[in-house]
Amino acid sequence: MTIDWSHFTPAASFAGGALIGIAAAMLLLLSGRVAGISGIVGGLIAPHRGDVAWRLAFVGGLLAAPVLMALLGERAAPRIDAGFGTLIVAGLLVGLGTSYGSGCTSGHGVCGLSRLSLRSLAATIAFIALGMLTVFAVRHFS
Amino acid sequence: MNAVFSFGAGLVFGAGLILSGMTDPGKVIGFLDVAGSWDPSLALVMAGAILVGFFAFRSAGRRGRTFLGGALHLPNRRDVDLRLLGGSAVFGIGWGLAGFCPGPALVSFASGVDQAAVFVAAMLGGMLVHRAAERLR
Repeated sequence: MTIDWSHFTPAASFAGGALIGIAAAMLLLLSGRVAGISGIVGGLIAPHRGDVAWRLAFVGGLLAAPVLMALLGERAAPRIDAGFGTLIVAGLLVGLGTSYGSGCTSGHGVCGLSRLSLRSLAATIAFIALGMLTVFAVRHFS
Repeated sequence: MNAVFSFGAGLVFGAGLILSGMTDPGKVIGFLDVAGSWDPSLALVMAGAILVGFFAFRSAGRRGRTFLGGALHLPNRRDVDLRLLGGSAVFGIGWGLAGFCPGPALVSFASGVDQAAVFVAAMLGGMLVHRAAERLR
């Protein structure tokens, strides 16, 4: 293993992570909800009466974030290798997998681990392990 | 009022994703690529988020209510079953293929990234398939 020092951003990533934690704390301590993105979006796909507004508002804030960050001078230049076929397959797998697995990187990886949930630890180990295996297969085995 | 706080939380969440670099699939795949040139940034994102999150959840657990006296909606399941592990494994495969997970994909979609729009549409499709399958059960 070699460290990719040219792309490693410890300070910005730690600070960004802390912001994510603050956002999860806001949603929890003010709205009483867990900041799991797949769960929040999933609840809009199968909506229940009286349980829609906070979800829409959260997603609205998420979608407004790039505008705020652009005003602050932060512009992302994403590196995307996946073609459109791969993106469609990947999106389907992520939608299905997070629905059956009851969460994603935010719900299990951040909030679940923050509340020391064994279920979320198992889920997080599973998706990181399979993510690593998949990248290994795509990058080093084909 | 709840909606205002939720909007604020979503905004801060998205800002954190952008600042941390997680809206760049190349950075996510760089973390998952332990056999290649490894970018440990994602581990620091989780460390920063969990450090704050731990105290937030501990505080919420002790209070038993929100700051405004509202109810806490917390998951109550504790069992590790095949659906949890299988679903998470399938999610991991999709995550590794494209480098997108739900939050960063939505933020990138709002930034006008075409690939993210395709991914988000497919992701919503996957969620709809799950919903349809659950209705048939």
